[in-house]
Amino acid sequence: MFQISILHYLVLASALFVLGTIGVLTRRNVVIVLMSIELILNAVNLNLVAFSRIWDLNGQVFTIFVITDAAAEAAVGLGILIAFFRNKETVNVDEVDLLKW
Amino acid sequence: MQLVATPFFFYLLSGLSLLGGVLVITRRNPVHSALALILTLLALAGIYLMLYAPFVAGVQIILYAGGIMVLFLFVIMLVSIEKAEKERQFNKLWLVGIPATFAFGTVIVYIFTRSKILPVLLKKPAPVLLESNNTQQVGLVLFGNYVLAFEIASLLLLVAIVGAVVMAKKRI
Repeated sequence: MFQISILHYLVLASALFVLGTIGVLTRRNVVIVLMSIELILNAVNLNLVAFSRIWDLNGQVFTIFVITDAAAEAAVGLGILIAFFRNKETVNVDEVDLLKW
Repeated sequence: MQLVATPFFFYLLSGLSLLGGVLVITRRNPVHSALALILTLLALAGIYLMLYAPFVAGVQIILYAGGIMVLFLFVIMLVSIEKAEKERQFNKLWLVGIPATFAFGTVIVYIFTRSKILPVLLKKPAPVLLESNNTQQVGLVLFGNYVLAFEIASLLLLVAIVGAVVMAKKRI
């Protein structure tokens, strides 16, 4: 059986990144767009942990910071979603046009 | 370099995580998407374990699968999803977005496979990372080199909490 190298992990991370980007670009539901952003952040985390395997522990520490960031982003994003839903009674991204002229 | 990652577990876990990712972006009901995302997160935690990062794997399970996903499910409960389920799920961008994103991913993989520096990195003898004191070592780095960044992260969390409370108030 051939060996699993770092490259395999990097390819898996890019596949997850592509899935997340497709979700962000094409879905209309805000909740699923936020979940796709979580997918993208997880792809980044996988890259960092995979490189920390051949470098040193800094990648893992950065992963912890990225997870902190994801928590902050999810809290603020879902707060904005609640405020938006209260005003317009919808969760579709393309109806978010309050700031458009 | 010698990784103990057996190929079977790698392909099993990566297949599970990719399956979860595909389900996240295709399901009509956001609750199903959230459950699929939990599957992805747990599979990634297993992959972190294979990469000798048990602390990150634990943080992934506790914080992501336990904390952030509960937040998502809570908000899904607050907003009504019945109307959104009956509407069109994909916007008009999909015809351009999906091929462009796949092209971008192909470019990334091409760069990874053709890079000159990655084989050099792979030939470097891997540092001896012991799983037994991984948490201790991560803590030493976190509170040594990155102590300022750690404090700033706590400030970021405070700002996020205040922002979320202000956003969710009755009138802004």
